[in-house]
Amino acid sequence: MYLYDSIDQRLVNERVAQFRDQTQRFLSGKLGEDEYRPLRLRNGLYIQRHAPMLRVAIPYGLVTSEQLRKLAHIARVYDRGYGHFSTRQNIQFNWPALQNVPDILEQLAQVQMHAIQTSGNCVRNVTTDEFAGVAPDEIVNPFVWCELIRQWSTLHPEFGFLPRKFKIAVSGAIEDRAATRVHDIGLQAIRNDAGDIGFSVLAGGGLGRTPIIGHVIRQFLHWKDLLTYLDAVLRVYNRYGRRDNKYKARIKILVKELTPERFTREVEKEWEHLKGHEGTLVEKEVQRVASRFTAPAYETRLDDDADYEAYLALEPGFQRWVQRNVHPHRVAGYVAVSLSLKKTGVPPGDVTSDQMDAIAALADDYSFGELRVTHEQNLVFADVRKTDLHALWIALKAQGLATPNIGLLTNIIACPGGDFCSLANAVSIPVAEAIQRRFDDLDYLHDIGELDLNISGCMNSCGHHHIGHIGILGVDKNGEEWYQISIGGRQGINAALGKVIGKSVARDEVPDVVERLIETYIDHRDSEAERFVDVVNRLGIGPFKERVYDRAYT
Amino acid sequence: MTALIRNRSVAEDTWRVLQAGDTISADGDVIVPLVMWREQQPIVADRGGSTGVWLGPADDPADIGQLPVLIAVHFPAFTDGRGYSTARLLRQRYGFTGELRAIGDVLRDQLHELARCGFDSFALREDQDPAEALRAFDDFSESYQAGADQGALFERRFSRERDAA
Repeated sequence: MYLYDSIDQRLVNERVAQFRDQTQRFLSGKLGEDEYRPLRLRNGLYIQRHAPMLRVAIPYGLVTSEQLRKLAHIARVYDRGYGHFSTRQNIQFNWPALQNVPDILEQLAQVQMHAIQTSGNCVRNVTTDEFAGVAPDEIVNPFVWCELIRQWSTLHPEFGFLPRKFKIAVSGAIEDRAATRVHDIGLQAIRNDAGDIGFSVLAGGGLGRTPIIGHVIRQFLHWKDLLTYLDAVLRVYNRYGRRDNKYKARIKILVKELTPERFTREVEKEWEHLKGHEGTLVEKEVQRVASRFTAPAYETRLDDDADYEAYLALEPGFQRWVQRNVHPHRVAGYVAVSLSLKKTGVPPGDVTSDQMDAIAALADDYSFGELRVTHEQNLVFADVRKTDLHALWIALKAQGLATPNIGLLTNIIACPGGDFCSLANAVSIPVAEAIQRRFDDLDYLHDIGELDLNISGCMNSCGHHHIGHIGILGVDKNGEEWYQISIGGRQGINAALGKVIGKSVARDEVPDVVERLIETYIDHRDSEAERFVDVVNRLGIGPFKERVYDRAYT
Repeated sequence: MTALIRNRSVAEDTWRVLQAGDTISADGDVIVPLVMWREQQPIVADRGGSTGVWLGPADDPADIGQLPVLIAVHFPAFTDGRGYSTARLLRQRYGFTGELRAIGDVLRDQLHELARCGFDSFALREDQDPAEALRAFDDFSESYQAGADQGALFERRFSRERDAA
């Protein structure tokens, strides 16, 4: 965890005071709705279907047990006893009262948290790999760079009123677990031949109405130049991005309309003036920020645990959980553990206050008091001793957090959907639940193997349906909820967008459609090693489409 | 009446903003649109009063040429952020040291950021209370990133440390 220094804290406190003043002026009628809206959005506050929604930043997904207890407290006192983890590694509260929001922010500031730039047309919370710092395939630990970007973007004076929102993701590993290819800017941390750290820079990726995979605009950006280069990209976007139509205002449209080559030239031209000037990073600053991160005190020479092997052999439930929810760690004797927030019957990403308190206690006992929020809306304990796994599993089961479905069909990403969100065309959560109920047989679920199923309630794509192996999009047809199904999308290093299989289906047909897709896959796969998405890749959507729309099966 | 804040105090405004198509008077201080500034240089050069130029959000500060004593940047809506980049370019690339004024939809809650980008003069929207607006400059006492006003926090921090040593 990055620990604030006095200036970090002061800035957050001053933002709370500023927002309190703005809210008071709004409530007393001195500040109009149109003027207040962008100010509250820049502080994560939406006016939603039922009540305001407050989105709290969890920078790059890293959170301490102390912070989680505070979030539990806020949910209990100011909300309805639960919070919702989003795909952007943040947490959202769906029921706070507007006049209480300044108090909530003050409480958050006490534990070095805030809601700065969690919404609005500005640089948003930077996101990264949930296994940052512990993944065996890691080349560069992205956390320090994420924090440097957080500081650079926080209250940036030039980029507070961009044409549209702006999202940056950083990955430092061989496998891309941060979806860098579908962000406004994706940074892939690498080392060059000389051993220097740098970044391969992608720009113009994104989901939403116009899903696009990002283009590489620079193969290698030296770490010293990270912030001046970001300034150059943002300045080109701020000056030339479209402002006439909010659906064409993201940077991806500018990159597309200019062409990636010309956009790159514009950025390079701007950067020529900024390179080496103010804001160019120095070793000392990187060291300073790095030294403010706490480092886990790993034990060395952990004994092999004979009990662990015995549990694996004797308890199929434990074995299944280890197989799906436990991940390798760069330090011998340690593993990373996913806590599934995708138990059937619980909206994906939702956690109650009591669960948060329990998770905080477990993080203290088993993972150095820290955890991460993932872009798949789960949690991760990054530093668990292998010898503790069985005890942790028992404890997580008691909290309903040990569903062994990470990477499987029921680990559904879903936005809050029409039950909560005023933008949505259709509900998401009940659809997720209906699918989870259809695939409740664990043996079958594990037999199907790796499958990402993502649901968005509208084309803003908060549920990342474009990059789901199966993507489900809620659409509105004459006031009725229908669902468009796509297949073949994927995240990661070979990110691809799914293809729509045909006409939309009614809500109660969705589980049947998913089942037919799965049956088609099972019939056609070469072996269990060939995943659903691999079969789609090999055969195209034809056989899937045929089976889904064949009347003989209805 | 629009209130003017200059160098963090309420000031009297002697400048008149002209639109394209207006006639340039021989006397008095006027701020002319960029197109007029470029196309009517002989008239501008002959004037008795001072002449400033104003830029719209899409205007490129590179097109001004000879820099006047005052440059204004127009914000058609406070949510149009292009003028922030314009200001930094004027201050940091084109070396403009004269009065840099924000005009148009200029509101209390944007003053801190505008000032950080190099504006030192603010023609507030009519409904804005200038006394209230003056408080905005102190909304934040520090900043992380470099602006037109100062370098990045780490640069200032290390230079202080060097000075102390």
